[in-house]
Amino acid sequence: MPTKAATAPSTPASRPSLMAWFGRDPTATMLGALIALSVIFFSVLAPSRFLSLETPRAMAFQMPELGILALAMMIPLMSGGLNLAIIATANLSALVMAAIITKMIGPASPPQAIAGVIALALAAGLLTSLVVGLITGAIVAFLGVHPILVTLGTMTAVKGIAVYATNGGVIGGFPPAILFLGNGTLLGMPVPMILFILCAIAVAVVMSHAPFGVAVRMIGSNEKATRYSGVATDWMLVGVYVVSSLLCWVGAVVMMARFNSASAGYAESYLLITILAAVLGGVDPNGGFGKVLGLFLSLVLLQIISTGFNLLGISPHLTEAIWGATMILAIALALVRDRWMARLWLRRTSN
Amino acid sequence: MPDQHSSYKAVFHRHDVQLLGIIVVMAVIFSALSKSFLSPSNLVSLLENYSVMAIMAAGLLVVLISGGIDISFAAIAAVSQYVMATVLVRFGGNWLVAFGLSAGFGILLGIVNALLIYYLRALSVIVTISMMTFYFAILMFVTDGKSLYNLPDWFTDDLSLFGIPFPVVVAAIVLLVTLFLLSRLSIGRQIYGLGGNPEAAKRMGCNLLGLQCFVYGYSGFMAGIAGLVQAHRVEEVVPNALIGRELDVLAAVVLGGASLLGGIGTVSGMVLGIVLLAILQNGLTLLGVSSYSFGFVTGLVILMSVSATAYAAKHQQKQRVRHAN
Repeated sequence: MPTKAATAPSTPASRPSLMAWFGRDPTATMLGALIALSVIFFSVLAPSRFLSLETPRAMAFQMPELGILALAMMIPLMSGGLNLAIIATANLSALVMAAIITKMIGPASPPQAIAGVIALALAAGLLTSLVVGLITGAIVAFLGVHPILVTLGTMTAVKGIAVYATNGGVIGGFPPAILFLGNGTLLGMPVPMILFILCAIAVAVVMSHAPFGVAVRMIGSNEKATRYSGVATDWMLVGVYVVSSLLCWVGAVVMMARFNSASAGYAESYLLITILAAVLGGVDPNGGFGKVLGLFLSLVLLQIISTGFNLLGISPHLTEAIWGATMILAIALALVRDRWMARLWLRRTSN
Repeated sequence: MPDQHSSYKAVFHRHDVQLLGIIVVMAVIFSALSKSFLSPSNLVSLLENYSVMAIMAAGLLVVLISGGIDISFAAIAAVSQYVMATVLVRFGGNWLVAFGLSAGFGILLGIVNALLIYYLRALSVIVTISMMTFYFAILMFVTDGKSLYNLPDWFTDDLSLFGIPFPVVVAAIVLLVTLFLLSRLSIGRQIYGLGGNPEAAKRMGCNLLGLQCFVYGYSGFMAGIAGLVQAHRVEEVVPNALIGRELDVLAAVVLGGASLLGGIGTVSGMVLGIVLLAILQNGLTLLGVSSYSFGFVTGLVILMSVSATAYAAKHQQKQRVRHAN
């Protein structure tokens, strides 16, 4: 199978060529090229509007929600699973926080009380997410049920709880401290973006260096082999869904702060988009492989397309169609690239 | 050789028998608690309400058995429904035109999925998610999200055969055709083979591209028919009315015992899965439980069902190991 071998071309380190650089991270290279192309495309079509400082600012406010949720999807994907419950978990967690904040803070509350209530709300939201993650993980790990089925069930049940508790309504109206997390800036940088970058760095470090991350990637490649090599795969799988839920909680905080409200039905269209973004970013949907850098670049690409079309006054529906087409295009490009590299590798080894 | 006793026990270990048992128990409880549960009008409206879901589920079942998955059927149903309705409103037509258009468009979009999956060697879940986004976004872009209300009278008028409403008749035909396809036709057995072991199916001489096109085309075909039936039922075409049903339908099919790994699944199991969900929701409504609680109950049922199945499989495997030693 030449295509398998081509994913790790053995270029001699002494001859650092352009090819070697391409080969090191082909996904990032491809996404970088697509980003460059889209930037050129929009700069030509709308130079005055696209090439302004407003563009990156707007992007930096819109990207984090999807980004944090995509990170929550990425970790289960890398373990060879999937978490369909991320949006439902985030919404339930946001509703718990919103309920506590709106019930316990009155217009006359002193600042210390507000701080205390916010801390309590954040803790309760975190606990909610963790419980959902723990249940999901336990069923996946100890009963061996396919993650799609488990998370389909938890998604339906968790959303059901949220809908039942709110009767489909919206809870909103938060103090400025919460709104700051979604709309404020710190040193000129939007706070949600800072939160997203912190999460991304944390996930990148954990997935590539911590024993947990290595184990998760090994499970994604071959669960049985990982178990036989002495890794407690079941507990690692529980961890996967707990960490995923933890990221949902961060996403929940950003979402409720940005919308100034929480509801059982927010951001539902994001669910499948997060899978799309992760896979576009080079996360292997079969598990085992994926890099946060790739995910980040794919989010930037999707966001540039969305912002660019928005500036051109093109319907957001067409933007979504382009997202879908981009995904198919990326799969096709990856296939062509693998074949090309395989041929190159064959030629090099046969010499 | 299994003795009489163990084969008697084996019947109770069959997934569809267990489902049937649960359904009977639930039906008894609900009919005891609510007089209107077993009334003919309630049962007919129940059947009618779930007929669109059953039609879509039939398509998804075939895809699942082949080892793939189709997330795009609701989007395909929405597109073919809209195309059909637009033609009917602008140019008029008859039932043949309506069926031909919605089914034809469904098959076409399904085959596009199959070609992409085959030639890009991509996972079906990824391709169909992308294509779902694509089809639906294009539909919303072209139509601007506008609904069509002025469908011709002959299309929206109530139809029935021996007192059975049109949607139920269509669903019954679809289920019978799917049953015949899967259990009596060579291509049906090949689909089970493809899902059970694709490599073996290939070496047996199955035409993989042809099978994929058939399977996803069939799913698109079912989606097209579901779109038509739904438009007839609600007497209007709203572009986003069917979207969001994907995972509900998947849940029903999985509840019926189909495996996401392919090769396993039956029409009877799928029907029982839908009946279970239908009875549960209908019973709760009749008991006056808020419809807001359906989601939670449905989710709980899915979780319990898949957990119980997995637990039984694990238990069985352990016993087999013990017997072998």
